[in-house]
Amino acid sequence: MLEIKNLHVKLEEEDKQILKGVDLTVEAGKVHAIMGPNGSGKSTLSYVLSGRGGYEVTDGTATLEGEDILEMDPEERAAAGMFLAFQYPVEIPGVGNMTFLRTAMNAQRKARGQDEINAADFLKLVRAKAKELQIDADMLKRPVNVGFSGGEKKRNEILQMAMLEPKMCILDETDSGLDVDAMKLVAQGVNALRDENRAFLVITHYQRLLDHIEPDVVHIMSDGRIIKTGGPELALEVERNGYADLLAETA
Amino acid sequence: MALAKPKQDATDARLADLSLPTDTGWSLGARQEAVGRLKQMGLPQPRDEYWRFTSPRDFNAVAPVAAAPMDVSDETPLYADRDTLKIVFVDGVFNADASDALALEGVEIARLADAGQADIHWARELYGHLEARGQNPVERPLTALNTAFASDGVLLRVTGRVSRPVQIVYDHRDAGSDAILHHVVQLTEGAELTLLESGPVAARFNTVLEADIADGATLHHVRTQGRNHDRRAATASFARLGANATFKSFTLTANGALTRNEHVVEFLGDDSVAHVAGAAIGDAKTDPMHHDDTVFVTHDALRCESRQVFKKVLKNGAVGVFQGKILVKKDAQKTDGYQISQSLLLDDDSQFLAKPELEIYADDVVCSHGSTTGAIDEDALFYLRSRGVPKARAEDLLVLSFLAETLEEIDDKDIASEIAERLDAWLARHAG
Repeated sequence: MLEIKNLHVKLEEEDKQILKGVDLTVEAGKVHAIMGPNGSGKSTLSYVLSGRGGYEVTDGTATLEGEDILEMDPEERAAAGMFLAFQYPVEIPGVGNMTFLRTAMNAQRKARGQDEINAADFLKLVRAKAKELQIDADMLKRPVNVGFSGGEKKRNEILQMAMLEPKMCILDETDSGLDVDAMKLVAQGVNALRDENRAFLVITHYQRLLDHIEPDVVHIMSDGRIIKTGGPELALEVERNGYADLLAETA
Repeated sequence: MALAKPKQDATDARLADLSLPTDTGWSLGARQEAVGRLKQMGLPQPRDEYWRFTSPRDFNAVAPVAAAPMDVSDETPLYADRDTLKIVFVDGVFNADASDALALEGVEIARLADAGQADIHWARELYGHLEARGQNPVERPLTALNTAFASDGVLLRVTGRVSRPVQIVYDHRDAGSDAILHHVVQLTEGAELTLLESGPVAARFNTVLEADIADGATLHHVRTQGRNHDRRAATASFARLGANATFKSFTLTANGALTRNEHVVEFLGDDSVAHVAGAAIGDAKTDPMHHDDTVFVTHDALRCESRQVFKKVLKNGAVGVFQGKILVKKDAQKTDGYQISQSLLLDDDSQFLAKPELEIYADDVVCSHGSTTGAIDEDALFYLRSRGVPKARAEDLLVLSFLAETLEEIDDKDIASEIAERLDAWLARHAG
């Protein structure tokens, strides 16, 4: 699904290398987790893959189902199936959540040469999906993320994911700012989307999210590289011993 | 005191070209007084305090600059599904065929052009009166010119709570048209009206709205000035509020070579509310775009609330101006005054000039003002694009988001959403 080879990325504005040769392959149907200390480049990786400005790829490649995504605009990547659940979802006053969802959905369909979804079908779909995530009608009507609690914002991200049905879902610290109940709800939403044609990359600091979204593969990232890859037990090891041992091991 | 020579010359030249309408009837006295005021003030000049950011040249000129009408036949007229009483002016000339019968329960409707039919009329007490009051402390010569030479206008005396809006529709067809219209609205105690204005009036136009809002009365005013590129507009509203009265005014403007929208609000009774808001979008790619909102709110009563919310989205060298003042007189305690002016500059070529002013003589008031200039929020843009929304459309959504606060000033949510849709459609045309 997602194949990253030797990816080197620096900040556009300053001469600071953030990713220093990332190699990562995420297969369809799998959930990969990336853990790592602050500043290791996890969020940068998610931004570079989804096309945020401000970064310069100096070497390496990233493909989604064999297609080079690094040259695509963010909206083209979205239409190709890429989705990033933001660590800090952005508030957009004056634009209704429904309008936003429908605009996004139809833009993607149009880009893929599909017909737009009609208003009635859209409404039915969004109501059903929202219900699963305990998002009420009022939240759907409100402006995008405005006045939403931390948990509501994250649930809203998962709602977008459920509506847009991407192939490759990247979750950037989706657990940050969530209490246990909210985290369970979000995890349920994600788990409901797991299927053999979809892959996930879950970026997190803590093991606890991975109790709810069980990964197939866990990677440890440090200083712009993936330094260790293993099964779910790797996450437990981090939880017990922190990163220090792992870092020492690979130094 | 004699006028400075350029001012005197400009005024003489213009006056030599204008003459009072024949058959002025009850309006004659007010018109003559307005000519007197104009002669005394003289037409505005670039060095005048309130004309430093906007050139008055094209407003002063004897002949208007030609402005091609815009073909809007592809656009559904606003409020098409709404039951309104429609009054249509084409290039400033009343069009009876396109208008509804001028009859509405709870409202006396007349036209200024019919003033000759009577020497006594309710509007006689108001016509030019609020305009004259509004000349102090800031002179507004173009409005005196309007009172003197207006060819027509709608006179509404509202005595009940009227649910059917009165809609004044302007149609610009003649590239050389030059219109002066003067409307008067009087709301008696407890009355309520929604006044809608839509469309560009003419190639050049000067319009005045005087609104006298008595105790407990409410006037909703929603105006869209069209999206014509070349037209030049000088408009002014003068609102006087009694006690427990409400005035809500919203204006949407797209493009326009030159727009000067003035609002003058005066609180004379306690516990009243006045909100004036404006949203403007301008693209100066093919034609210049200069948009100026100039507002003066005078608090002279207890516990009144005023809000000024003005936002502009400027592109390709468009220029936005905001001059807003809140004057709180000595006895206007517990005043709540708010003023915000913001611009969204879509490139480095556009500019926004703001002059917010507070002048407060009472000691127990809350007054705040703010003015900002910014660019599109890159984080929000990326967020939208990451969901598949193409860049141009994402920018449109962020423009709508930026302007949303002004649209919230429209109380009628159906009207607000119709305006929002229209705005969205206009933006979509400009994409790319």
